[in-house]
Amino acid sequence: MNYEAVIGLEVHVQIKTASKMFTRVAAGYGHEPNTLTDPVVLALPGVLPVMNKAALDAVIKAGLMLGCEIAPLCKWDRKNYFYPDSPKNYQISQYDQPICLGGSVEIELPGAARNVMGEHKRIPLTRIHLEEDVGKLNHGASDSLVDYNRAGTPLMEIVSEPAMHAAEEAFAYLTSLRATMIYGGISDCDMEKGQLRCDANISLRPVGETKLGIKVELKNLNSISFVRDGIAHEIRRQHALLESGGTIVQETRDYDGQTGASQSLRSKEMAHDYRYFPDPDLMPVKVDEVWKSRLKAECPELPFDKQRRFLGQYEIPYTITSVLVWDRELSDYFEEAAKLSGKPQATGNWIVNDLLREVSVARIDLAQSKVRPAHIAELVKLIEAGTLMNNVAREVFAEMFTSGEMPGIIVEKKGLKAAPTDLGDLEQWCREAIAASPKALAEFKAGKDSAINAFKGPVMKAAKGKANPKLVDETLRKLLTVL
Amino acid sequence: MSDELYFKPLTELAALLDTKKISSVELTRSVIARTKAVDARVRAFNSYDEADALAQADESDRRRAAGKARGPLDGIPVGFKDVIAVAGQPLTASSKMLANFVSPYDATVTQKLKHAGAVVWGRLNLDEFAMGSSTENSAFRATCNPWDLARVPGGSSGGSAASLAAGEAIATLGSDTGGSIRQPAALCGVVGLKPTYGLVSRYGLIAFASSLDQIGPFTRTVEDAAVMLGGIAGHDPLDSTSYETKIPDYRGELKKRKGPWRLGIPKEYFGEGLDPEVGAAVENAIAFYRERGCEIKEVSLPHTDYGVGVYYIIATAECSSNLARYDGIRYGHRSKEARDIIDLYFKSRAEGFGAEVKRRIILGTYVLSSGYYDAFYLRAQKVRTLIRQDFLNAYREVDAILTPTSPTPAFKQGEKSDPLAMYLCDVYTIGVNLAGLPGISVPCGFSSGGLPIGLQLIGQPFQEAELLAIAHAYEQGHDWGERHPKL
Repeated sequence: MNYEAVIGLEVHVQIKTASKMFTRVAAGYGHEPNTLTDPVVLALPGVLPVMNKAALDAVIKAGLMLGCEIAPLCKWDRKNYFYPDSPKNYQISQYDQPICLGGSVEIELPGAARNVMGEHKRIPLTRIHLEEDVGKLNHGASDSLVDYNRAGTPLMEIVSEPAMHAAEEAFAYLTSLRATMIYGGISDCDMEKGQLRCDANISLRPVGETKLGIKVELKNLNSISFVRDGIAHEIRRQHALLESGGTIVQETRDYDGQTGASQSLRSKEMAHDYRYFPDPDLMPVKVDEVWKSRLKAECPELPFDKQRRFLGQYEIPYTITSVLVWDRELSDYFEEAAKLSGKPQATGNWIVNDLLREVSVARIDLAQSKVRPAHIAELVKLIEAGTLMNNVAREVFAEMFTSGEMPGIIVEKKGLKAAPTDLGDLEQWCREAIAASPKALAEFKAGKDSAINAFKGPVMKAAKGKANPKLVDETLRKLLTVL
Repeated sequence: MSDELYFKPLTELAALLDTKKISSVELTRSVIARTKAVDARVRAFNSYDEADALAQADESDRRRAAGKARGPLDGIPVGFKDVIAVAGQPLTASSKMLANFVSPYDATVTQKLKHAGAVVWGRLNLDEFAMGSSTENSAFRATCNPWDLARVPGGSSGGSAASLAAGEAIATLGSDTGGSIRQPAALCGVVGLKPTYGLVSRYGLIAFASSLDQIGPFTRTVEDAAVMLGGIAGHDPLDSTSYETKIPDYRGELKKRKGPWRLGIPKEYFGEGLDPEVGAAVENAIAFYRERGCEIKEVSLPHTDYGVGVYYIIATAECSSNLARYDGIRYGHRSKEARDIIDLYFKSRAEGFGAEVKRRIILGTYVLSSGYYDAFYLRAQKVRTLIRQDFLNAYREVDAILTPTSPTPAFKQGEKSDPLAMYLCDVYTIGVNLAGLPGISVPCGFSSGGLPIGLQLIGQPFQEAELLAIAHAYEQGHDWGERHPKL
């Protein structure tokens, strides 16, 4: 039988705020255990939560970026369960009225080749809600220790519809969602730091069937590649099980990205009754149109929208755009440089091929680079004007990357200007070059156009590398036609 | 009237302090000496820190000497129900669970009273986690009613009421979830005020039922209550349920508001179960107001009968979640017998909580369970809205509502062993919490057996100034509050 996989993802994203979700203590990563705590985080007797408005702003903004409907009221519920990482033994969350409903994540599937744009799709979202993160357990040989630094960090849960059908789609979904969150300044989405975490629900059904099959939840997928690999593995596992006449058990499985195997954590029978009820310590917060439009105005253009614009407006190749648009800072950098240079294609090439390589070799961020958009623009302009030749330009680029000096100044200082259009010298050098290579002349005359290159080397040598190649070519052809 | 400082009203002592006729150290010493003399019998205190109190009193005296006194509360010893956090002091909720817990932080009311110069004095006994109406549910001791040591002081703020009645504090703080300030005030013959929900910050109050809990004062007089309320009321950014409203000069308003008022008598509060002596005392109070030109109107609060049922669904649901944090992991009682994490939860909570607390956690867990939520919790919330609506409807015709505080005077210790009988002690006070209204109990007589009787006045939301003025008018015509128990 042919089966179709159905995949839904639950993604938790930590919101980047200065303080925690319901108290004033700082949120952060990598601090000494239990230093980011206060009476509220530790759930001491008598404490009360107070909502962090910046976190609500962030989730509304995320919702607006993804086209969600924003609830008119932000309502809080308690999710009750006992676990040592949860100091109150309930989590403040949103149950029946999530702050964001609907919306979608645009994804791009792999194209036929690296330089060919793949198919685009929209994966619909069920909801996004806001809640607080829990602490971290560290299990020792004879005891377990709890670190509450993470407890109370603002966390949003983004739930997709079961609308993906392949591991590659889940991969593309997470890639796009992650980029969107980073774009909006919602989160840094560093999976190693647990800022983005993903659980996947996977079921199989016969092709043509509309009812969902029995689902298995995969947990602990701690990199985007592991999500893809874990889902692919689970699809294979279920497929093999169904093919051999077995039945799928509703359960939660743990996928180990290192070994590529999964094992059952718990079955449905152990499901919790969370006894949700509205949190009486928190008043619902009204979200009005003014609030929403203020946040709407802060929403950046999304990567795929930007890519479509770049392709149309700048006519730069797909491969260049797909490097530029996934990094908001980089794409802004490009746009600024392109505006200054008036030559978007050359500008894009310099940024993607040269600047990014140097930045990567130097192990710095783009923001730390001394080469600013104005440098790139001036460099491109000098080349276009014939003042600077490509090979020399590389040298200038290296120099400005180290010193931060403008390319024009470097060219002046080092005397790297392309040979002046003193045709006297150039014509003289060309004549000498042609005369020195009668064999090439004969070939050229016989119709072999590439033979002209044999004259260029000696000309360049005579010009000490400073001749404008375009001009050299023109001059040679002019002389050759009359010979 | 006694000449002893510890029996004088707060406002009178404030005048004596202001005119430097007494010092705060002198006053505090008087209260400490009285406590040492009588608390072995009254058993109102869980703990007190004599040296700390005297140091605070000394500071107050220095401030006053430097001309920097901070108002009527400066130098006044105030006792705290042992559910209100004071930094560096025990905070036990009269539970084995928190027997060794010391709070590292101050409640907002503590901060406010400290700022006003009050001397933070002693931790007062209560029914464990404020669950009860007799203070017999304390894990440490049953507090006795100073008027008859064989009887209960009421609860849950029994220690706050009894200590004040016995002269062991000048004013005290309690908390009221279903009557826990007003009922013990009535049973001990003192004034007890439960403010409108949201007027006083709950930050630092150990939560029993978050949507019902409210901190309020116990005092000897209504004027004292006005001063105390002024000291603790006001919006708090640390409590999202605290209300942004201008706090009037409650004491000053007492003199400005003279009535006559329209007072509502809800017929549902005068039926079966009301002790005849209590009924007669309240009738006398009604007659007093009528003679003073007040309009007395019968009103109806038709959903009254559902009050106790609704209360025991909402309060237990909230407490089942609020008390989940007491798990022995981060602080509090941890069982030494546990083998694994689940066992640790089970044993720590089984050992740490008393029977009534467990009963309510189980009830609350049940009513929130999947499949029961709609039938119990959701429906109770709807009826709660109707109960509030009853009161608001009545307030179209009247300025305040007048009822008995408790159906009976103080009962004997051990008398009410049936939890349901105990729950019915709060039948007249519960509606006020469900509706979020302010209520005050003032002494209105004594039973033939010499036990105090309380009159409850229920005001409109955030109209404490008016409510206090109405209570003050009654108090001006009577001297019930000036009598003291013989200990």
